[in-house]
Amino acid sequence: MMDRIAAFGRVGIETIASFGRASQFLAGVVGGVPKPSVGFPLLIRQLYAVGVLSLAIVVVSGLFIGMVLGLQGYTILSDFGSEAAIGQMIALTLVRELAPVVTALLFAGRAGSALTAEIGLMKATEQLSSMEMMGVDPLRRVIAPRLWAGFLAMPVLAMIFSVVGVIGGMLVGVEWLGVFEGSYWGNMQASVDFVDDVVNGIIKSVVFGFVCAWIAVYQGYDCVPTSAGISSATTKTVVYSSLAVLGLDFVLTAVMFGNF
Amino acid sequence: MVSSAYITLKDVVFSRSGRRIFDGVTLDIPKGKITAIMGPSGTGKTTLLRLIGGQLRPDSGLVSVAGHDVPKLKRRDLYRLREKMGMLFQSGALFTDLSVYENVAFPLRVHTALPEDMIRDIVLMKLEAVGLRGARQLMPSELSGGMTRRVALARSIALDPELIMYDEPFAGQDPIAMGVLVKLIRDLNSSMGLTSVLVSHDVPESLSICHFACIIADGKVIGEGTPEELRAHPSERVQQFLNGEPDGPVPFHYPSGDTASDFGFPGGAS
Ligand SMILES: Nc1ncnc2c1ncn2[C@@H]1O[C@H](COP(=O)(O)OP(=O)(O)O)[C@@H](O)[C@H]1O
Ligand SMILES: [Mg+2]
Repeated sequence: MMDRIAAFGRVGIETIASFGRASQFLAGVVGGVPKPSVGFPLLIRQLYAVGVLSLAIVVVSGLFIGMVLGLQGYTILSDFGSEAAIGQMIALTLVRELAPVVTALLFAGRAGSALTAEIGLMKATEQLSSMEMMGVDPLRRVIAPRLWAGFLAMPVLAMIFSVVGVIGGMLVGVEWLGVFEGSYWGNMQASVDFVDDVVNGIIKSVVFGFVCAWIAVYQGYDCVPTSAGISSATTKTVVYSSLAVLGLDFVLTAVMFGNF
Repeated sequence: MVSSAYITLKDVVFSRSGRRIFDGVTLDIPKGKITAIMGPSGTGKTTLLRLIGGQLRPDSGLVSVAGHDVPKLKRRDLYRLREKMGMLFQSGALFTDLSVYENVAFPLRVHTALPEDMIRDIVLMKLEAVGLRGARQLMPSELSGGMTRRVALARSIALDPELIMYDEPFAGQDPIAMGVLVKLIRDLNSSMGLTSVLVSHDVPESLSICHFACIIADGKVIGEGTPEELRAHPSERVQQFLNGEPDGPVPFHYPSGDTASDFGFPGGAS
């Protein structure tokens, strides 16, 4: 019994310590702003690796989720004879919830795990140490551009997800099931509020982008520099990011939409 | 010897994860010479280099490089001091996403504002020095182990450092690559007047090129001097290490319980 309590306490202390290390790490990363001539090309490269290369999976998922929403929405709404409201339903679901959340989950799986593995491998092969010994701070040179790239890419990816999803919903709802096109777009336009819905959705994806990128680069930087350590860090990135995104989504939703 | 010491360690104590790795190491590394630091795997040779490079801080004791008290340096000054140090990591540690050329150019691009054609000249000169001028467009994944280390060597001398540290340069190399590295280390030391610190457990190669050597075991320096002095060293432990004897003061058996009881024989203390 005492052992259990002790073990529980130890887990607690370790969790707090690792959270502290992660915060310290974050301060080191965002603390120094490099010269634009140095930092900008690095950032562009990472935006490509993190953002552009995640585009395919985001577009395909967005399309399918929009189409599924179209189908489900039509089935439910036609019972009440209000299938014309399908555009409103699809747009609000996507912009408020599904686009930020699903994009973040996809991002954690696609880009986050790749970031962790890449940084972990650089650590294991002493590339980070050798950079330090060359008088270059790896936190600024390697980690910072990756963190910023994740932070910047996520909102854009989430917006693309929404747009593609709305098009997917239209393909099913309008082209296939025959909802009147005017009411699809008209209902959408009338009900989606820019600040309440679009901006709040973007805020969510900014938060998720930051958290996912932070977890990914920290797990890579903090990993045990062996092959087993890297693979476990990669798994942790995906698990922690997913949990953090879902948990934060509830909190953010409650704050944004919870004032009935 | 003290007056010409480039690196001085005094009573250095260092622990990691609660285990004491150095327990009062005192050592002078002379300027412009090759000093070999030898010891069994896991005694902390790499750790020692990291202490010198300021990547780790000792729990107590003095680490001084070129007159600077390394653990007390501010971040900025430490990074400046590191520009005078080259370190060849055990794995080479080339940047995998950059070509050989760009790897060698990296420190130049970061620390100097030289025009591109001068960078090119320097890079080709350094690659020529390690015999790999023709390999400049290759990626690190296309290099053999020996070539990787030579490129890493070219990179670590790109800024013409005062000090170069080699971490196990011979480990896992074939005889020819080993010979090449031995020659390079010796040539670089004599042509550039580099202070060289060579960490290794390859006794014959290390003793063949170093001016001074010291042996570390159990967190202490157990023997030091010129190669001749070491070969004639009275300590049994030094002789066991130098001659690679399987049993001696360092026992063959990891500390274990009584044999008979472990195997379940009658008569064993149980
Ligand atoms: N990051 C680390 N965390 C904890 N212990 C470490 C770490 N790196 C090395 N050690 C321990 O420090 C000791 C010395 O390691 P090292 O300097 O790499 O030895 P050597 O280079 O002589 O083989 C080893 O016993 C190793 O287990
Ligand atoms: Mg080592």
